[in-house]
Formats: sequence, structure tokens, C-alpha cells
Amino acid sequence: MDLARIRADFPILARRENGRPLIYLDSAATSQKPVPVIEAEARFYRERNANVRRGIYLLAHEATELYEGARRRIAAFLGARPEEVVFTRGTTEALNLAAWALGETRLAPGDRILVTEMEHHANLLPWQEVTRRRGAELRAIPITPEGHLDLGAFRRLLDGRTRVVALAHASNVLGTINPVPAIAEEAHRVGAVVVVDAAQSVPHMPVDVGELGADVLAFSGHKMLGPTGIGVLWAQAELLEAWPPLLTGGEMVREVWLEGATWADPPARFEAGTPPIAQAVALAAAVEYLEGIGMEAIRAHGEALTALALEGLLARPFAEVYGPRDPRARGALVAFNLKGLHPHDVATLLDQEGICIRAGHHCAQPLHRKLGIPASCRASFYLYNTREEVEAFLAALDRAWEALR
Amino acid sequence: MSPYEEVILEHWRNPRNRGRLDKPDLVGVEVNPLCGDAVRLELQVAEGRVTDVRFDGQGCAISQAAASLLTELIRGRTVAELREMRDEELLSALGGVIPTRRNCALLPLRALRRALGG
Repeated sequence: MDLARIRADFPILARRENGRPLIYLDSAATSQKPVPVIEAEARFYRERNANVRRGIYLLAHEATELYEGARRRIAAFLGARPEEVVFTRGTTEALNLAAWALGETRLAPGDRILVTEMEHHANLLPWQEVTRRRGAELRAIPITPEGHLDLGAFRRLLDGRTRVVALAHASNVLGTINPVPAIAEEAHRVGAVVVVDAAQSVPHMPVDVGELGADVLAFSGHKMLGPTGIGVLWAQAELLEAWPPLLTGGEMVREVWLEGATWADPPARFEAGTPPIAQAVALAAAVEYLEGIGMEAIRAHGEALTALALEGLLARPFAEVYGPRDPRARGALVAFNLKGLHPHDVATLLDQEGICIRAGHHCAQPLHRKLGIPASCRASFYLYNTREEVEAFLAALDRAWEALR
Repeated sequence: MSPYEEVILEHWRNPRNRGRLDKPDLVGVEVNPLCGDAVRLELQVAEGRVTDVRFDGQGCAISQAAASLLTELIRGRTVAELREMRDEELLSALGGVIPTRRNCALLPLRALRRALGG
């Protein structure tokens, strides 16, 4: 990977904070955008803007071609079929749609849904809501002290009433990469549907839906160099065909009478209203950019930076690190605390040096409760980060510790 | 402005009036669910004037230092005066607070307003 060339593609990295170069270590919250993505969105508005699927004129035809072309591009990236790729507003909307539709089609009173203790709220609250509405039961697979899923407990919780197993592919706090293929195999044995929150994995490593073995997968565009306002719900065709729409309105129907309507086929059935057209085009440009560098190379780079950060944190007796110690078992992020210091103080001191890290509960309150901490700091890495930046981050932690201890 | 002016560091390392009162007349608790910061203020009031004050809590250096400093600012003042107390008084007593952290600094003041029934 030619880091200097990659960094030159991200205009925001030229920004300076307090006279120092910006060091952006919060890509797990949202990634920065390269020029080809920014330009793809701008070019669409300059040259091709029209609504999709309805215009007879050439411009609308071209816009539709670009929008559907983006779907095909993203499907190929995932090893999926285009008709299985639904554009949503983001991971949150995708998971809400999946939870609602599975509730409508598969969930009866007394049934069970399994989540995990490490879920982001986006993959917890929709299941809380659907189990509450349907009179079903929600159980969480516990984590081990190392931050892995407790697979023995999973097997004990998985029973004939289990209809859904919903889990993160990679945790946004612990970093843990969960063994989705093995979990899916066991879940399928009892007939459960496997829903994967891939918001922290698809941007960072090769993900092929066939190899993963899940039934439903959700991720966001903005964490993978794409724009905000677009995400993807991938689901097996037979599921999508059975699902009713969550949102109804324009563009998702076949025939409408005053008394009722028939639904369009997937994926249009789940894309009511004008979709994020320019954003889909820009997301396809982001996928092209990522593939141009190679997902294997991006994964290797993220793993190397995570290893460096982990090593540096573990060598500092005043730091407490959460999640697996082995960088190969985790995504490109590390959550930690400096003993006795509040994460907000640490983040503010690093911000003074132009270093952006996240501090808080990262939308995973139950996980923080389990860890016995109110909040944590998190540094996350992406293809544009360098070893020098990780080293600057570690040195800044030493200064923060000295300033406040 | 540094985010951690000497006055903040000093109050954080050596908090004043930390603890509980035996029989407080007024109590105010304020929490920030986003970061887990919490401040509890207890006041003893005689003839409309604060005669004693304690704070307790947990959280970041800025919220806890602000709580400590606030106890010094309010002792001896009347309840009527404290009802009029402005954010700027506490912020400037702290030596100024960067915009991203004003919410932390004002947490104890919100606890005070709660104690005063505002």
C-alpha cells in the first residue's frame, strides 16, 4: 500500500489542529472521504441528476442506470445477487427493517431471539422492541473475560424456539471478530435466521456473504469511505420475498387501488420514496476505491496498526485495555482507559494535540456495564492512518497521564 | 486557554467540601447519562443563607473540579442570590472552559438549581 498516495486522496487530512496535523483515529464512528467519492457524488448532481425508476426521458434513464449499476457493484463486492441488496439509510435502518419483518413473518409468542452482550444499541433495541411487541423472549449470549463470545453459553441458549440469532461481525468496542460461520451453522440446525451487524467488518476486511453463512447482513456507507445517508441490507432472496414492507409509498408498489395495493418485488419493495441516489453512486465509487487497494491489504494494514497500538497500550501500566489481546482476533480498533482518568479528559487532552479519538459508551451501554466502567476511550484505524500516527497517539497518552494523574 | 487551567487541576487533585452533610436542608443530584458523570450537592440553609455545603460525585476532572469550586462560590450566599447565579460566573472562576466541555463544567450548577427547586 502506497500510504502517501492514499493520504493525498483525502483532502481533510491536510487540516491542521492547534498548529499540528490532524490525526484522525475515529474511523469506526465515520470514515473520511477520498476525492473520487466526493467527486462521484458531485458529478452525479452536476451531470446526471434525475429521479429514478419513473422518468421516460434520457436523463432519468441514465440516473436509474447509475443507481442500479451501484447496486450491482456493491452486490459483486459482497459476493451477492443485486436483487438481494436493499439500499437503506444506514445500518440502523437496515437492522430495524430486518427485526420488524422477521417479527411479522417468523415470531410467535414464546419464541426466542438471541443477541450478544457486545451489541451496539442498533442491534439490540430493534430486537427488544420486536420481542416486546410479539410476546417473545430476548436473551443475550454472554462474553468471556477476554472479550470473546461464550460459545458454550450460546449452545445452551440456542433451542428449538430460537427464531433469530443477531450478532455483530466485529464489535465496535472490544474489536472482537465473532465466528459467524460456526454460529450460523449451529443456528441453522435449529432453523434460526442469522442476522449480522457488519458495520465494523465490511469496511475493513473481505466479506463474502456466501462464506459468512449468515442470512441477513447490514452495514453503512459512511464507515467505508462513502457518504452518510446510505447503508445496505443484504438478505437471502427467499427471506426478502416473504417480507412485507416497513415503509410504504411511492416506488415500492405494483398496483394501487383506493382500497389496497400489491407490493413490488424486492429490492424495490423496501425502498419506498426517492432513494439516496447520489449516495448510492458515491458508495459504489467508495467500493471501487477500496477494491483498487484491495480488502486483503486494508485488513493487513488495519491489523498491523492495531497490533502496534495494543502493544503500546499493554506496555503502559497505567492503561487498561478491553477485548482480545491477539490483533488477528479483532478489527482495527482498540478501546481502553487510563486508570483513574475519565475518558472525556483523555480525549480532550489528545484533541489539544490534534488527535481525534472517541470517548464515551460508543452506543454499547450494556457492554460497558458488563465491563464495570461507565465509559471508555477508543482509537480506531483505517487505510489512511500511519504507524507514525499511532506512535504519536501513544506518546500523547503519556502526556495526558502526566498532566492529570 | 488550556482545557485544564491550574485552578481545575488544583480542585481536581484537592477537592474542597467533598462528602455528605448530616442533615442537609436541600439536595440536588444531576447526572450526564452520556458519560456517567454525576454530582450530588447538599446544602445547609439558615435564614435564607447557605451555611454549609458538600458535594459528592464521580466523573471527569472538569465536572468534579467545577463541583468543588462551586461549593466555595456558594457558601455564605443567600438562596435568592444563588437562584440568579449565571453560568458565566462558574465558567470564569474555572479560568474559562473550552466549548466542547462546557456541559461537564455546568453539571454541578445544574445540580445546584435542582437543589434550589428551579
